[in-house]
Amino acid sequence: MVNSNNTKANVLMMKKLLVFTLIMFVFGYALVPFYEKFCEVTGINNLLKPDVSVNDKNWVDEERWVTVEFDANTRGLPWQFKPLQRSTRIHPGESITVMYEITNNSEREVIGQAIPSYSPRFLDKHLKKFECFCFTKQVLKSNETRQMPVQFVIEPGLPADINTVTISYTFFELPDGASTIKK
Amino acid sequence: MRSKSAVTLAGVSALALYSSMAVGSKYNLPEPQSVIAKDIYDQHIVLLWICLVIFVGVFGVMFYSVLKHRKSLGYKAANFHHSTAVEIIWTVIPCLILVAMAYPATKTVIAMKDTSSPDMTIKATGYQWMWGYDYLQGEGEGISFYSKLSTPRAQVENKAPKGENYLLEVDNRVVVPVGKKVRIILTANDVIHAWWVPSLGIKQDAIPGFIRDTWFTADKPGIYRGQCAELCGKDHGFMPIVVEVMEASEYSKWVAQQGASAIKTSMHVEN
Amino acid sequence: MAAVHGDAHGHEHDDHHPSGIMRWITTTNHKDIGTMYLWFSFAMFLTGGTLALGIRAELFQPGIQILQPELFNQFTTLHGLIMVFGAIMPAFVGFANWQVPLMIGAPDMAFARMNNWSFWLLIPAATLLVSSFFLPGGAAAGGWTFYPPLSTQGGLGVDFMIFAVHILGASSIMGSINIITTILNMRAPGMTLMKMPMFVWTWLITAYLLVLVMPVLAGTVTMLLTDRHFGTSFFNAAGGGDPVMFQHIFWFFGHPEVYIMILPSFGIVSEVIPTFSRKPLFGYSSMVYATASIAILSCVVWAHHMFTAGMPAVGQLFFMYATMLIAVPTGVKVFNWTATMWRGSMSFETPMLFSIGFIFLFVIGGFSGVICAIVPIDIQVQDTYYVIAHFHYVLVSGSLFALFAGAYYWIPKWTGRMYNETLGKAHFWLSMFFFNLTFFVQHFLGLAGMPRRIPDYNLQFADFNMISSIGAFGFGMTQLLFLYVMINCIRSGEKAPQKPWDGATTLEWTHLPTPAPYHSFEKPPVVQ
Ligand code: HEM
Ligand SMILES: [Cu+2]
Ligand SMILES: [Cu+2]
Repeated sequence: MVNSNNTKANVLMMKKLLVFTLIMFVFGYALVPFYEKFCEVTGINNLLKPDVSVNDKNWVDEERWVTVEFDANTRGLPWQFKPLQRSTRIHPGESITVMYEITNNSEREVIGQAIPSYSPRFLDKHLKKFECFCFTKQVLKSNETRQMPVQFVIEPGLPADINTVTISYTFFELPDGASTIKK
Repeated sequence: MRSKSAVTLAGVSALALYSSMAVGSKYNLPEPQSVIAKDIYDQHIVLLWICLVIFVGVFGVMFYSVLKHRKSLGYKAANFHHSTAVEIIWTVIPCLILVAMAYPATKTVIAMKDTSSPDMTIKATGYQWMWGYDYLQGEGEGISFYSKLSTPRAQVENKAPKGENYLLEVDNRVVVPVGKKVRIILTANDVIHAWWVPSLGIKQDAIPGFIRDTWFTADKPGIYRGQCAELCGKDHGFMPIVVEVMEASEYSKWVAQQGASAIKTSMHVEN
Repeated sequence: MAAVHGDAHGHEHDDHHPSGIMRWITTTNHKDIGTMYLWFSFAMFLTGGTLALGIRAELFQPGIQILQPELFNQFTTLHGLIMVFGAIMPAFVGFANWQVPLMIGAPDMAFARMNNWSFWLLIPAATLLVSSFFLPGGAAAGGWTFYPPLSTQGGLGVDFMIFAVHILGASSIMGSINIITTILNMRAPGMTLMKMPMFVWTWLITAYLLVLVMPVLAGTVTMLLTDRHFGTSFFNAAGGGDPVMFQHIFWFFGHPEVYIMILPSFGIVSEVIPTFSRKPLFGYSSMVYATASIAILSCVVWAHHMFTAGMPAVGQLFFMYATMLIAVPTGVKVFNWTATMWRGSMSFETPMLFSIGFIFLFVIGGFSGVICAIVPIDIQVQDTYYVIAHFHYVLVSGSLFALFAGAYYWIPKWTGRMYNETLGKAHFWLSMFFFNLTFFVQHFLGLAGMPRRIPDYNLQFADFNMISSIGAFGFGMTQLLFLYVMINCIRSGEKAPQKPWDGATTLEWTHLPTPAPYHSFEKPPVVQ
């Protein structure tokens, strides 16, 4: 039916389209790092900021006050997790340490790990954390309680109309023996 | 052929009648209770009018043609098949209309996103299937409770008559003062939920592991009801949201009461 | 929907292929395969329709009567999946199989054997979907959009669904490769691209969209699968992933997908309207450009499904503007159809009625689409019955009505027999009435605050839900009439002339006898 000339052209076309299909499949996966990069640049989900050294002093904006709220969540593990203070008022540029507390209410040893999230979502561009417990494995024995510090500074570059921000953590259970979540 | 156009006409007018049933009834967006909800309400009405005018215009022409340019009336077909001028006009005009629609919407979008300078912050956490609330900051700081559907099971199973607020009532309402900017922080414990109160004009997904925020300022005291708006499993239809807006003095009383009674100690459920 | 071939081409030289069931299993003939696609999609349409009636029966009154919430969620999920992937998409592929070679003067599809595989892959996929109801834990229940983490929670039903989607995706990709190659390489001499019938143009563009986005869907479901079973955390916050990323990738596929389901309908309608207006299509080249720009724009608007997921204002504004822009080429199409009808010499046989019905109702769906594109308004209506109303106006009275128009239009060519015009018209008017009864009220339900995907609701929504359910049952029953009309036509319709529509101008009417012979255009026609 189809003459051989045509067949050759058809097969060539099919090959091209198959390659294209493959590219699009890979593209689907490429969207993952792309999305992460995009979120990092625009600060949409603010997973983690690389830590900076404390000497990185910024000037303190004495004129301005920012309310920082602290929030804690757990997901799927028998822990009590809370900040020791719910909110504080600081000047941009001023470094501060707050404590969070975790308690294992169960009768077994549980491994957990926290990930952070912020509001407004671009906060991480203006938030420098010197010390933080997120993305590190926490092992709590039965009924053990631990306090963990978070030391950070809100940079004076924070847009002028923002006067309340939230720093939130969620603890997830790590299955026994799982390596830490990396970002 | 006569009878066919009669049928068409009858059909169209039936449709028009049927749609007019909704006008002015409870079947519109609910009465707005915040600035944002008001903006949304007004823009929606304006858009409906624009759409209606275009609709009548386009289908007026089409139905005129359907009635007149019929083979059965002996109408002879013309043979034109394009006109660059006309085509440019009907590309440009819709663009202009769209710009007119986008302008007010853009302003509202920016206003909706402005969660700065709140008077108080409340965190809402979605659980399968209820909401948890924590007053994070502002008057009432430290208050924390769960809010579950309070409609008796018997009503759902048709074993008891259904009340007025069937499926839209909870054991513990979120209480906020009137006229204060309330920022809502959202997260979820298990799967995605969405916090929606139509009269206040807010809907925001609650995403496990992340926080999102939104805000409202209620204009009037009252009780405003909404529902979870993101499929979250079996009882997705059974996790309403009820916000009670109080005068400032009433609100302070409520806060004092909460302080006296036992407050949820931990900030999460065990599962 | 189309001929059982036995009597339709008895006089043809079909002696050299197997008969009985083996004929259908081994066939590489585009007409046989087209026929199978159409019957398959109709069967799926009835299956999905039955699920919809289950949903509507539950929603007939407040309270839980028939479907427990778990089962209700399985019904909505499978209704959506089956209608989208089992009914609408294969139906269009069936039309492409039958019509593309006939309209471009090619003897068959470019890859006849692959064509056979693309069809037969559908059967295991459909079986997986339907049988998942009988698994312990039931079918997938996370919505046809299967957002994680909800879909990570589900049981074996979700794995069946993932597997089915993989197979369906492979089938679609093979089908599209075939269609693109056929159109680009096998046109009759003289048929330049800008002389191709609109239906062929719309399918060419659709097929490109398919190879563009189906692999992305395959990637998404693969990630979901490995998240569920192999410890990856693409969409799991606990492992450093993000559930919202799933939505982005899904809708990167999902929005072009809705245009995949509507562009070929534009093509069908653009064939039918000129034929029954006895006047050439107005603005052919602007139609082609409009179709192409819709396809391109459809790739950059996906996040309009996620306005409440939490996006920066710039993101919301970008996706709002891009989405509104799609209204422009869509409007151009509607104006072109109107101008085609203007000063034509129209007659109103069933295909024309369905096409006009299509334009009328599709425009309503288009308007509600623009309203949904306005971010502040969408914040209110997203995930409510308003959206349900919107997409049924574009999918049922859009895609489905166009499919009906096409079926009535081409059935004489396929079977050699005419359908019963009176019954066809009855089918149209009943569909029109019941469709609006079902879905128009859903706009009000959504505005008034009824979320979608809920099995039970407050009393204030009761009256319109009851109307909607009555309409749905009427609509469902009306489709049995369609089945009857088609079977009646195949069995005992009057003999059709070569060109039953005097205004038709495409090759299948001008160059081929009726019914179209089993092997057509073995020598290509010459197009001036
Ligand atoms: C007899 C005709 C039909 C009726 C009565 C009907 C009714 C419904 C109902 C009641 C829902 C569920 C609402 C909810 O989410 O709570 C729904 C969802 C849906 N329908 Fe239809 N439908 C029909 C035909 C179609 C067709 C032809 C399509 C073709 C594409 C379609 C596509 C969808 C989709 C994609 C959903 C969303 C499913 C989901 O969100 O999980 N429907 N329909
Ligand atoms: Cu929900
Ligand atoms: Cu879309």
